[in-house]
Amino acid sequence: MTEHQKPLPPISPDTKEFWEGLRRHQLLIQRCQDCGTYRHYPRPMCHNCNSMNGQWVKVRGRGKVYSWIVSHHTVHPAFPTPYLVAIVELEEGVRMITNLVDTSPDEVYIGMPVEVFFEDVTEEITLPLFKPIDKGSRRT
Amino acid sequence: MNGLRDKAAIAGIGETAYSRNSGVTYQALLLQAAVRAIEDAGLTAKEIDAIIPPCFGAPADTFAVNLGIPDLRYAATLRIGGAAAVASLQTAAMTISSGVAKNVLCVTGWNGYSGARIKGMGSIWDATITMMPIMREFEHPFGFFIPVQWFAMMARRHMYEYGTTSVQLGAVAVAMRKHAILNDNAIMKKPITIEDHAKSRMMADPLRLLDCCLESDGAAAVVVSSAERAKDMRHRPAYIMGVGEGYPESPDYLAARPSLTETGIKKAAPKAFAMAGISPSDVDVAEIYDCFTWNVICQIEDIGFCKKGEGGPFVEGGRIELGGELPVNTHGGLLSQAHVLGMNHIVEAVKQLRGTAGKAQVKDAEIALVSGFGDIGDGSAAILRR
Ligand SMILES: [Zn+2]
Repeated sequence: MTEHQKPLPPISPDTKEFWEGLRRHQLLIQRCQDCGTYRHYPRPMCHNCNSMNGQWVKVRGRGKVYSWIVSHHTVHPAFPTPYLVAIVELEEGVRMITNLVDTSPDEVYIGMPVEVFFEDVTEEITLPLFKPIDKGSRRT
Repeated sequence: MNGLRDKAAIAGIGETAYSRNSGVTYQALLLQAAVRAIEDAGLTAKEIDAIIPPCFGAPADTFAVNLGIPDLRYAATLRIGGAAAVASLQTAAMTISSGVAKNVLCVTGWNGYSGARIKGMGSIWDATITMMPIMREFEHPFGFFIPVQWFAMMARRHMYEYGTTSVQLGAVAVAMRKHAILNDNAIMKKPITIEDHAKSRMMADPLRLLDCCLESDGAAAVVVSSAERAKDMRHRPAYIMGVGEGYPESPDYLAARPSLTETGIKKAAPKAFAMAGISPSDVDVAEIYDCFTWNVICQIEDIGFCKKGEGGPFVEGGRIELGGELPVNTHGGLLSQAHVLGMNHIVEAVKQLRGTAGKAQVKDAEIALVSGFGDIGDGSAAILRR
């Protein structure tokens, strides 16, 4: 593994399980034990019923592209431009910022079916990226 | 609902020169704008008894010390980025109508070009953006860092939902530039066309360079006093007829918003109109926070100048230019005058109502709307009348 130059997430006690799950190549989303509402990013309280009884649910990691951009302006040298950033909406209804891999700006569209792809970037950190579902080949 | 209506007025306005090389500290810039606004109101600095400083940078103490204010009664920092300037009018009106203070100084500004630049990754962001810890953990690892990326994500969705086009975004850029050319204190003076916009380099597809506001050095300030006292001051008062703030759901994590194409102004504007007792069609001139071209289109819809989704066609055909149905950003806006965090929009609205807007004067302007937009979609709106 080459040294990861991109910014790494500063993990907090409220988000630790999310990142630990990714390290095991599991996408965990918080769900309220009282009303069943999913939430992401991870946080202490359910916004629907204010319960603090949360549980971590392993989800399939399938969803659709909700919006996307192609970043051309260089902000951080570790991100060669152009690169794709997207908001993906999971089947469970929550959305997350991510990168799309195994595709190109010409192919991406809003509504494109995608699934999670676990990219191990350091010993401790695995990022949840997404790739088109109908493309079998894994990024190497 | 009309609790604050006409209780307070903008009595003084002040601006520095807008540039890319102020040559002075941001504190000096802010103080210069402040002194000009106080003088414009016909007050002395010692009569200022409340301060709303910029959302980051110099705190109220800096102003109190330098202006020699003997009895500061109230200070509040509104940490909502570009929405703070217009929101400060509401805080000022509340402060005055409750009797807490008499003359409120509201200031924004920075060395936005010669100092720490917003398109970089400097420490300025920690001071500016309240949700930075969440961004560092859930956005930065994916290269999602800066405003042009956030608003490109929203603009893409707007294009998908409503068919908005890049040419329509370009119409906003062209209109702002035309207005800036009429303004002696504007940075961008070279005319641009829709073609120039289309050829400008891609920043974050779908947003191009000419969709982005300027980075600039400068500061602007206003003094708000009671409507009663403002009548006897140096200039014709600009009465705060209605004002409101609004926040999107999931204000701190863009991805989780129920909608990417509606922002806080959608909640702020109806409060301001209800307070004022008027409707959008009564507005003679609008100064709309234009950090990016798309944000103008979205706010025109959310304020109610047209139906949701019709903002793209609305800005075409010169409708938002001087002489059009709704002149927008008659000073050139953040896109072409200068980016001083939106206080320049308030200053311009007051000039329009005083009849001192020079070549950009909207004839007989009686009612102006000013909007603020910050922290990725927090909104503020004020309706001013002469
Ligand atoms: Zn719940």
